Amino acid sequence: MIPQQFEYSAPKTLDEALGLLAEGARPLAGGMSLIPMMKLRLANPEHLVDLGRIKDLSYIREQGTVIHVGATTTHHDVESSPLLRGKCPLLAETASYIGDVQVRNMGTIGGSVAHADPSADYPAALQALEAKIILRGAKSERTVTAEDFFVDTFTTALEPGEIVREVIVPVDGDGTGTSYQKVLQPASGFAIVGVAVRLRKSGDKISMARIGVTGLSNRAFRAKEAEKALEGRTGTPAEIQAVAALVAKGVDANSDLHASADYRLHLATVYAARALAAALGRIA
Amino acid sequence: MTESITVNINGTTYSHDVEPRLLLIHYLREVVGLTGPHIGCETSLCGACTVELNGKAVKSCAVFAIQCDGAKILTIEGMAANGKLHKIQEAFWNEHGLQCGFCTPGMIMTTKQILDRNPNPTDQEIRHGLEGNLCRCTGYQHIVNAVKAAAKVAGA
Repeated sequence: MIPQQFEYSAPKTLDEALGLLAEGARPLAGGMSLIPMMKLRLANPEHLVDLGRIKDLSYIREQGTVIHVGATTTHHDVESSPLLRGKCPLLAETASYIGDVQVRNMGTIGGSVAHADPSADYPAALQALEAKIILRGAKSERTVTAEDFFVDTFTTALEPGEIVREVIVPVDGDGTGTSYQKVLQPASGFAIVGVAVRLRKSGDKISMARIGVTGLSNRAFRAKEAEKALEGRTGTPAEIQAVAALVAKGVDANSDLHASADYRLHLATVYAARALAAALGRIA
Repeated sequence: MTESITVNINGTTYSHDVEPRLLLIHYLREVVGLTGPHIGCETSLCGACTVELNGKAVKSCAVFAIQCDGAKILTIEGMAANGKLHKIQEAFWNEHGLQCGFCTPGMIMTTKQILDRNPNPTDQEIRHGLEGNLCRCTGYQHIVNAVKAAAKVAGA
């Protein structure tokens, strides 16, 4: 399986890369989605710009109440980061479930997010974290919310010539508990359904609930009706079951040979309940 | 259209002109002549082509050789030293951690990554670590035993 011929550039600076992208070249980050697609000739870029040689694109930095994660930071760097494990464990936990060791060693957060596979893991966490995504073009930079970024299957808010430069996630406040639970497709490791939950309690009441879902439909989304139903409650098992059922309510579910739409909706309910219970149990 | 790359493979430096589309696995097997890394699925799922790239296990069928310019690569051929098998290879032999042997080079390279990062993995950690390597003989139990045995030898 040999990809079509292409021209290759490996610039050392982001500006140089953006200049080439503005002329129609396509970015290569970790290549864990793009290269398999090129081998199958589902993607046939004429000119690839390797972002891997740009040094200042891979970092994890805390600043005030947020953590900045550079686009070419690998999934392994995210899962093993003491900073993220301590202050935004949902992102680290989610990264640890992506693909396999070899994929996590090469694959990057920027590449995964920009690819926007509807079964990718990060989008669920980024929805639950209300992450911000910084998009950079040759002339300007803009910030979009995760909610606005994921538009449809393999479709994002990125304009031609733009790349994902950084992902910004919040530092967990006091009383926060999070969890990511997924059913994986055993060969690829992609999520058949994945649910990311972020809860905060004030006293014995849940003051904030954020639920991100991936794999279920055309794009990762926030289950807002379920979030609202949980806020103000204590999180009894009966409440969790009722809220989990709302996660799948009214969703136009994907159907493929791995899982029918009905089965996916069922799995979403089950895994939402597990993620909610786990997140509640992790609140210190 | 080709470009020149220089890589260090198993301690030896090589320079070649390569097409950008040449995958690392094809470079290793067909250009350099190292046929230890295997091509199993060609869809980046089976892990038989796993090699170490700058200290990290990667699937060499999902990396272009040109991305590796300046890199240090370790393949299964570089594991034994001075005519003596690496302790992981010994463990796979002793524990019968292979049947047909096709997946073994990849299993061993991934095992090295697992043990480099976590010298005393639990069964669950070993199985999670080997998720990217498929054994079509389904001999996983012996493979897990071999990883545990290698960890024990390393710790002794």
